Amino acid sequence: MELTGADILVRFLQDEGVDYLFGYPGGAVLHIYDALYKQEQVKHILVRHEQAATHAADAYARSTGKPGVVLVTSGPGATNAVTGIATAYMDSIPMVVITGQVPTSLIGNDAFQEVDSVGITRPCVKHNFLVKDVKDLAITMKKAFYIASTGRPGPVVVDIPKDVTADRAHYVYPKTLSMRSYNPVLKGHSGQIKKAVGMMLGAKRPLFYTGGGVVQGDAAKALTTLAHRLGFPVTNTSMGLGGFPATDKQCVGMLGMHGTYEANMSVSHCDLLIAIGARFDDRVTGKIEKFAPSARIIHVDIDPASISKNVKVDVPVVGDVNAVLKAMLAELDLAERKPDGEALARWWQQIEEWRAKDCLKYDMTTDRIKPQYVIDTLYKITKGDAFITSDVGQHQMWAAQFYKFDKPRRWINSGGLGTMGFGLPAAMGVQFAHPKAQVACITGEGSIQMNIQELSTCLQYNLPLKIICLNNGYLGMVRQWQEFFYEERYSSSYMESLPDFVKLAEAYGHVGMQITKPGDVEGALKEAFKMKDRLVFMDFLTDPKENVYPMVPAGAGLDEMILI
Amino acid sequence: MRHIISILMENEAGALSRVAGLFSARGYNIESLTVAPTEDASLSRLTLVTRGSEDIIEQITKQLNKLIDVVKLLDLTEGPHIERELMLIKVKAESANQREEIKRLADIFRGNVIDVTESCYTIELTGDAQKLDAFIGTFKPGEILETVRSGITGIARGPKSLHL
Repeated sequence: MELTGADILVRFLQDEGVDYLFGYPGGAVLHIYDALYKQEQVKHILVRHEQAATHAADAYARSTGKPGVVLVTSGPGATNAVTGIATAYMDSIPMVVITGQVPTSLIGNDAFQEVDSVGITRPCVKHNFLVKDVKDLAITMKKAFYIASTGRPGPVVVDIPKDVTADRAHYVYPKTLSMRSYNPVLKGHSGQIKKAVGMMLGAKRPLFYTGGGVVQGDAAKALTTLAHRLGFPVTNTSMGLGGFPATDKQCVGMLGMHGTYEANMSVSHCDLLIAIGARFDDRVTGKIEKFAPSARIIHVDIDPASISKNVKVDVPVVGDVNAVLKAMLAELDLAERKPDGEALARWWQQIEEWRAKDCLKYDMTTDRIKPQYVIDTLYKITKGDAFITSDVGQHQMWAAQFYKFDKPRRWINSGGLGTMGFGLPAAMGVQFAHPKAQVACITGEGSIQMNIQELSTCLQYNLPLKIICLNNGYLGMVRQWQEFFYEERYSSSYMESLPDFVKLAEAYGHVGMQITKPGDVEGALKEAFKMKDRLVFMDFLTDPKENVYPMVPAGAGLDEMILI
Repeated sequence: MRHIISILMENEAGALSRVAGLFSARGYNIESLTVAPTEDASLSRLTLVTRGSEDIIEQITKQLNKLIDVVKLLDLTEGPHIERELMLIKVKAESANQREEIKRLADIFRGNVIDVTESCYTIELTGDAQKLDAFIGTFKPGEILETVRSGITGIARGPKSLHL
């Protein structure tokens, strides 16, 4: 029997095992929405802005490993989705975005709600498609899911003109797929792996530097086993938090611009840096010439283009991070040598001296709420077991520094693109994927207003999120840079005329709280988390002058940190 | 260093703009670019000339390889190869003397006069970029009415070939 394009699309999503579709209807996708209406398997989540649909799907993917799926209409529907697509692209998140398009006969005519979606999204997708014939629809969707979720993952856009969703064709779910132009390398080169393990066993001051690839590549277990077997210290990037347990004594914390003293000093003094699923981002390296100056570098990554892009490496290993780490463990079993225990003991002694500096200490004697204290308390109350999403700015760095992630996929943030407005819709996506889990969104009064309309979505679907708003009345990270580098000229970084967030939360049908005293922080958080079926918006009025330390100024070396 | 990168890619709408977009987005330069379908109509062969340090060229080839539509790629300048460019050039040919001289020049460069009017000749010439430049150099300013060049295309010498 022949089905319409819209029915084929929905049938395909069912057969592909898609449970949630985040979207917003409009003219070009009405046939698809009609097909969705007639079934229950694929649940459509109606957001309040297309950007939120992409962030929610993105966070669904980050927290589960399954691709997130989005459906938006043509024109403004597609352009609104672009920020979310770029966010997923920068962090290599698997996502399939279906955009409606004007009918094929009108393409290029400047029709109502027409944009060149394939053209606009081309620089920020892994790949994209325009489906011109209904016969190609199912196989194109299969390709989209395959490309999005294999190799180095990323978003894929499928643009479907309205007439294609009305045309009819036979539907068979394409179970398998082969593409002559796309075959990601999975297995690492055994010679390179052998060489890398040899270097690890000979190292005197080794350091694992691990990124989002460990989390997204489901390699946390293998990494932890390898690090324990070798006894080496581990530092994570912001994207890599949770890839190695933060409470493990071998963890030296995050590195980079706001990394810990011990992590950055370890990078600056190590003789072997083992980069795993990380890409030497400028926020991580600081001044390239001063990055790991005395180290030989091993780099394991699934993307050959990431290797030697910013920093020249000595031993590249291209492959799936989990497969390569397992191969390294097997190689280690065969090796007769043992790690250099004496040298390692000296190295750890040095690291403990750096750690003793206690670079994350903060003043607890003031009567203003310290933002770090809020995160510390949140960590305690949730027993370190919540899913934490964040927006972008100071609160994001404090969350990364003070919430100790022991498990992967628990820390959901926009690391590469740095998208303000990410946190709330991301928390929605996580809560859909994990309905019973505690989900908290750490945000600021600036970021939260970039997608505040989603409070309405949260009510519609009864999402009991906990929103932790660290409200210091400033665009804090901008303020901090202006204080340090622009002689305190606070140009447009003060947020005047803030809304009453308590009333705002209540207006959206949720619980609002304002907390002004340090003594009330713990009680308020406890109370909020007791409300298991309500969204609670917690407006913490925090110290407006607090800065994120340590800080490596832009263009400085990692060992040139500003400490408190 | 100048590199000639030869790419076999899916003959799909938009494939060319992915290549061009990659170069502009990452700030690489393209000196010339030529593209046409191969004997297998599902594949296009694209030849581009670019310049950059070894590191840049390595990134360019890796990034090109990452494009889903790119099936295979070869940096022709890594080995012995042949490069050719086609030029059509229209020049003033008014006096008998002038016409004689242009015909002689075309013969020396192994070009062909492919269109003749009372006032001009159009010559077809194939060769590497230097040869075409040299031919242009034989004319005085004002004698050339128009030139059009195809951009460099090339192939590896010997049995080495870029195919599926």
